[in-house]
Amino acid sequence: MRGAPRTSAVAAVAAVAALALAACGSNGGGEPESSGSGGGADEVEVFTWWAAGSEKAGLDALVKVFDEQHPDVKFVNGAVAGGAGSQAKDLLQTRLQAQDPPDTFQAHAGAELQDYIDAAQIEPVSDLYDEFGLTDVFPPDLMDRLTADDGEIYSIPSNIHRANVVWSNRQVLTDAGIDPDATYSDLSAWMDDLAKLKKAGVTPLAVAQAWTQVQLLETVLLSDLGAEGYSGLWDGSTDWKGPEVTAALEDFQTLMGYTNTDRDGLDWPESQQLVIDGKAAFTVMGDWAEASYEEQKQELGTDYSAFAVPGTDGVFDFLADSFTLPVGAPHPGGAKAWLETVGSSEGQEAFNKAKGSIPARTDVDMSTFGEYQQSAAEAFKSDTIVSSLAHGAAVPVATLTAITDATSKFTSGASDLAAFQSELAAANAG
Amino acid sequence: MATATRRRAGARRAVRRAGAPLLLLLPSLILVGVFVYGLIVANARQSATDNHTAAQATGQAPTTGVGLRNYLDLLGSEEFQHSLTNLVLYTVVFLVGTMIIGFLWAWLLDKPLRGEGFFRSIYLFPMAVSFIASGVVWRWLLNSNQDEQASGLNRLFQMIGLDALQNNWWNNVSVGIVAIAIPAIWQLSGYVMALFLAGFRGIPVELREAARVDGASEWKLYRHVLFPQLSPIALSALIIIGHMSLKAFDLIMSISKPANYQTKVPAVDMYVFKSAFDYANAAAVGTILLVIVAIVIVPYLVHTHRQDKR
Repeated sequence: MRGAPRTSAVAAVAAVAALALAACGSNGGGEPESSGSGGGADEVEVFTWWAAGSEKAGLDALVKVFDEQHPDVKFVNGAVAGGAGSQAKDLLQTRLQAQDPPDTFQAHAGAELQDYIDAAQIEPVSDLYDEFGLTDVFPPDLMDRLTADDGEIYSIPSNIHRANVVWSNRQVLTDAGIDPDATYSDLSAWMDDLAKLKKAGVTPLAVAQAWTQVQLLETVLLSDLGAEGYSGLWDGSTDWKGPEVTAALEDFQTLMGYTNTDRDGLDWPESQQLVIDGKAAFTVMGDWAEASYEEQKQELGTDYSAFAVPGTDGVFDFLADSFTLPVGAPHPGGAKAWLETVGSSEGQEAFNKAKGSIPARTDVDMSTFGEYQQSAAEAFKSDTIVSSLAHGAAVPVATLTAITDATSKFTSGASDLAAFQSELAAANAG
Repeated sequence: MATATRRRAGARRAVRRAGAPLLLLLPSLILVGVFVYGLIVANARQSATDNHTAAQATGQAPTTGVGLRNYLDLLGSEEFQHSLTNLVLYTVVFLVGTMIIGFLWAWLLDKPLRGEGFFRSIYLFPMAVSFIASGVVWRWLLNSNQDEQASGLNRLFQMIGLDALQNNWWNNVSVGIVAIAIPAIWQLSGYVMALFLAGFRGIPVELREAARVDGASEWKLYRHVLFPQLSPIALSALIIIGHMSLKAFDLIMSISKPANYQTKVPAVDMYVFKSAFDYANAAAVGTILLVIVAIVIVPYLVHTHRQDKR
């Protein structure tokens, strides 16, 4: 009887000691190695959410070019996986608040940066544009869109995506008696074919959760209001309460009527898969969808088609991933080296070829890129460029959240068109 | 003079008696005082400011006190009222579901049953699964497509001929949150069952024998002898499940998405506000949740404290 308490006491002490060792051990291992080295240009911690798939492939290709261009600077991968960036954004928010910024972080170029600018968390990089000679090789429309209200630019874009693209399954269209090569001059022409598809029993338009519905909304607004009217929505020159917006919202309502009923539980790869598998005919998605098609060995023009959202020909609804220079970065020299690679011709070529997007620079040789990317790059050079709403280029985060909430409320049936329009107006007035 | 010295000696003895335990408790008291109550106060102070933007959050722009304005705005907004309605609906369905099923299982297992241990483990096991993991599977099951495109439970209903039971589960704007309560009930009924089983086992056999000797029927036995004995257990189960449901967050993040209007609850609102740099509103939602949980738990704590004193 006396042995049992003693052995259990010994076991308890051993367990506590083991736990303590484990805790101390992991603490020591987790500390960054940079604590010993001084200077500002010997390494760079790059914070992204490119931890899987074609995005990771792109990052790896970029790192290879970086190692060639700056062999003396060590690349530290700070990528955070999960949630298509929402985990990374939460972690970034915490780190910036705690004044422990990474050396550079990924963010969508445009108004999404406004919160960071207001909070004085990132530095302007306009002088780097002059230093690296980027001002001449980026399209002037893009330079306009990147410039913040104070006249400075705060990030260097690595790639450009287009958000106003319709992807279709040619077989499904042929089976329903629709010409897969048909072009639509505006939304009503397209809606006629969507009605035909609905009668044939296939889902006409596949869409996913709230942000993809906001993306659909932005392309409808772009189609019905034109590039000028659309851009005016964000700078106050277009009236949100006006009749043109009402007409556009009615079109949006009609289009949502043609979508799959399980949309709120899907993310974009799943809705894209509905089209690839032939369960749906069309979907509106940005051209990162191209990577899914390549993975599944689908051929442009044979298995699927891609064209601008009806009514938006000649308009390029852009979004860009870009890299910033945080205030108080531990290694500003390393960060500048990284930004130079990101903006360089070799860097953009390597990155975009692997990721499936197109370079922001207009002087990259596109002949080795895929067919879709070549057409997109041509469009980028000549089209009118407008900022994407759903991807942080047109409005800051709080406004986008309010718009997303209003859209979710509308598409789930909890508000009517008039309420939806006034909520959108209120979101943009603030 | 003598009474004063005796009183001082008595006081000293009291201090010495209370001193050691107090010293032992002091670290915990300090930690709880700072990290729980201190931060609750800091949160409440944050909610009384107009800190709605990133600039204010980092001190670049000034914040001013706005008193209860954030609370009034929140409680008056249709969206937050919808969140609260969802929360109440979810809590009621969750409570009723787990209590009934948990009690039923405990009652069945209380009879001497072969393989009781086996069934007990099976019923209790879902509680060990994380809500996020089970949420992924339940998202497939609760897919809201119907008829041709149906999958998950809707497809199952079709296969066994119960087509009429198909519905759009959590996509329903008014009662969609009840669909989210289903996996929660599945996971926590086992816990309630364990509580009630312990309760049944805790009733002395003599009571049952005495009631049978007195000629009580089975139903009268349950109603007048066993249920009253189980009521403290039922109450504590109610409180624990109730406050668990008020914090519903991970299941909703896993099955639905934070942006979805149908399944909004206050905890998700708090997360969305925080991600949009709106710290004052996030703090206000947090405080409202705290008040709601306190309304549920504090009377229970007072009640048990009084019982202990007796």
